[in-house]
Amino acid sequence: MSFVEYGDTIKDGDTAIVFLGHESMFPVKVQQGSVTQTKYGVIRHSTDLIGKKYGSKVTCSKGGWVFILHPTPELWTVNLPHRTQILYSTDISVITMMLELKPGSIVCESGTGSGSLSHALIRTVAPTGHLYTVEFHQQRAEKAKEEFREHGVEHLVTVTNQDVCKNGFGVSDIADAVFLDIPSPWEAIGHAKAALKAEGGRICSFSPCIEQVQRTCLAMEEYGFTEINTLEILLRVYNIAMLAEMFAFALSFSCDQQLLHPPSFHQERYTNRGVDAEEVLCVIRKRSSLEDPRLYNTHGCSPKNNNEKCRICTGMSPENKRTHPQCSLRDEP
Amino acid sequence: MEAERRLSLRICEGDCAVLKRGDVFKAVPVLRKRKIIFEKQGFYLDNAIGHVYGTTFEVTSDGNLQPKRQVEETTTETKEAGTDNRNIVDDGKSQKLTHDDIKALKDKGIKGQEIVQQLIENSTTFRDKTEFAQDKYIKKKKKKYEAVITIVKPSTRILSTMYYAREPGKIIHLRYDTLAQMLTLGNVRAGNKMVVMETCAGLVLGAVMERMGGYGSIIQMYPGGGPVRAATSCFGFPKPFFNNLHEFPLSKVDSLLCGTLSMETLPSEPEDTALTEEEMNGLVDEKQTSVQGTEEESSAETAMEINQTEEQERMDVNAEDAEFKENKERENKENVREKQRKQWERRKKLTETAALLREKNADGLLVASKFHPTPLLLSLLEFVAPSRPFVVYCQYKEPLLECYTKLRERGGVVNLKLSETWLRSYQVLPDRSHPKLTMSGGGGYLLSGITVVLDKGKSDSGNLEALKMEEPSSKRCKVQDLCC
Repeated sequence: MSFVEYGDTIKDGDTAIVFLGHESMFPVKVQQGSVTQTKYGVIRHSTDLIGKKYGSKVTCSKGGWVFILHPTPELWTVNLPHRTQILYSTDISVITMMLELKPGSIVCESGTGSGSLSHALIRTVAPTGHLYTVEFHQQRAEKAKEEFREHGVEHLVTVTNQDVCKNGFGVSDIADAVFLDIPSPWEAIGHAKAALKAEGGRICSFSPCIEQVQRTCLAMEEYGFTEINTLEILLRVYNIAMLAEMFAFALSFSCDQQLLHPPSFHQERYTNRGVDAEEVLCVIRKRSSLEDPRLYNTHGCSPKNNNEKCRICTGMSPENKRTHPQCSLRDEP
Repeated sequence: MEAERRLSLRICEGDCAVLKRGDVFKAVPVLRKRKIIFEKQGFYLDNAIGHVYGTTFEVTSDGNLQPKRQVEETTTETKEAGTDNRNIVDDGKSQKLTHDDIKALKDKGIKGQEIVQQLIENSTTFRDKTEFAQDKYIKKKKKKYEAVITIVKPSTRILSTMYYAREPGKIIHLRYDTLAQMLTLGNVRAGNKMVVMETCAGLVLGAVMERMGGYGSIIQMYPGGGPVRAATSCFGFPKPFFNNLHEFPLSKVDSLLCGTLSMETLPSEPEDTALTEEEMNGLVDEKQTSVQGTEEESSAETAMEINQTEEQERMDVNAEDAEFKENKERENKENVREKQRKQWERRKKLTETAALLREKNADGLLVASKFHPTPLLLSLLEFVAPSRPFVVYCQYKEPLLECYTKLRERGGVVNLKLSETWLRSYQVLPDRSHPKLTMSGGGGYLLSGITVVLDKGKSDSGNLEALKMEEPSSKRCKVQDLCC
């Protein structure tokens, strides 16, 4: 295993991810003879992990089981020990693309922090690129070094313990890209320019406050940087189990069920469980407008002549059904 | 190496470059004596050759480019400006220059900068405007009259931005931040063996190739007669990047999985005539004596020529019509041979790709197509090794929900996530900072997950187990009472 190369089997010394299911996982350092406790019981490294394939199901002592996953920068990001605030994969992906990183790129980064971004950068620039990362906090710099060694990527990264605002990146005319995640990035712009190749390169700075952004933009302009863009990216994760359940349910909608429970009923049920009401209605409407015979054969209303929406779509009450122009409903038994 | 790097920074003939004006991009091939139309302007790229990428050019009146010199902003000594617009009346007469005057200035070939200066001098309200409004006015006029074009080197960042702005339909509205997510979630990197299925004109393929830097291999699954790589060609990748790029027709995936794939019929080849054993062997021999495709062709040709000269020597060549016939025959023969050789090549490549897929050890799967993702994923996931990421893009959420349900039924996947990203850009200027626009709902959705070892004898109880794993118990009760 290494963070820049897939391996098939789990080996002594690897960092593996124990996946317990539903967003719950943790990293484990595989060691001959060692044990790991989970809520499903004990995992014995020598017998349960070493030599097994990554992605295998491992049965624990209490009969429960977990999956063992190969580490990736993305899994590391959600499992690493926090020493600082970290960047998450949503931002990391945009940073990587906007800095135009690829195998062979030389990147400068400060601060190293917990190494969440560092791992992703190393992954992208390997095998011929290099990361120069600067961290002014001594323990953090040492911890990062140790992690890079454990993850088999130390040959791709140089960690320097100094203040980037005062002493720069320790390299000059070498970098294709510079990334800053420090409290006062505007003080490091000059050093960033010195680190970048003479023929140019790209720079990115990450700041939580708009005032920091303003000062950084001014500093960039002052040092002759062009094409300055400011972006924010937001991730929206859907509660997929809920949506899928709702979706599957809308699939199995039949007229009778519809009579028993108008959409408002389902809506209420789902909104009580934290799903957006609009979304529920939307799914129900969408499903009923698709040509699903199961939705229409029970009452003979087909979507083709459905200029006027049938009861399923509008959720009329059962009392109104006889006045509905489009459907000739069977009488209920 | 260093020299090569420096050279690649200069604009060369035959390169694929990207023109940029403001926020507008256009990818063009760099060719001499060829007129380019960009943003309502026609010009030739001849003069740009040899300059460094990133150089900004001005379009001269005769349609040539000349590098723009950095000019010091000519600031008027005493900057007059108003404080507000209480006395500014829109009577439509503030500009003293008429439309014809401006046209005359342009026809004279006067520099855009000077036209802007003239417009400012002839604007009666300019001095009463606030400083910010003056800035805005100048910016607007500059954009219109100063024709400056920057030539940049293509990259995923530029091309995905360009495609999203210019031809979003061709890339099924895959916004660039969504593409960025795909590359990260899919852990795309050097050395991987990736399976890519896309109908985004080859943009996703190009992005993957850039991130892999020529290390590893890519198998592109394609619908129809062949893969579309219009966008891929805009990247201007070096030749070696294509050495490990394979393609495989989607129509053959099922037979490959069933093990009934035969090489008898080729896709999009109706006039399929099988080569005889002998000829095949001959071709193999030729192949072995040559190293590269081009060399091989020449060696095949020389081999044929030798054969033909021998034949000719044995033939009586005194009648012209005989010679004519001979030539005709030879041409036909050559054509047939050429066709068969190409076909054989194609078949060989298909066999190689099929073998790569049969190993079922791909390091990842990216899908971004106009087709329903469910059947694609259920088939293509078979080729992916356990503990590897996969990412599916879809313009709409609903097909991904169905896909999710089907994947859960199938098993062999964990950590499924359905996500969407919103992008917001900002104007950052002293005392004028604000969000510009929020992009949402138009960039598509992603379903991502990680493969695991699939239990072959998976029963329904196992399925339930899996459900239990992912959902808290309170949720399950509700599911049950909903179903009754």
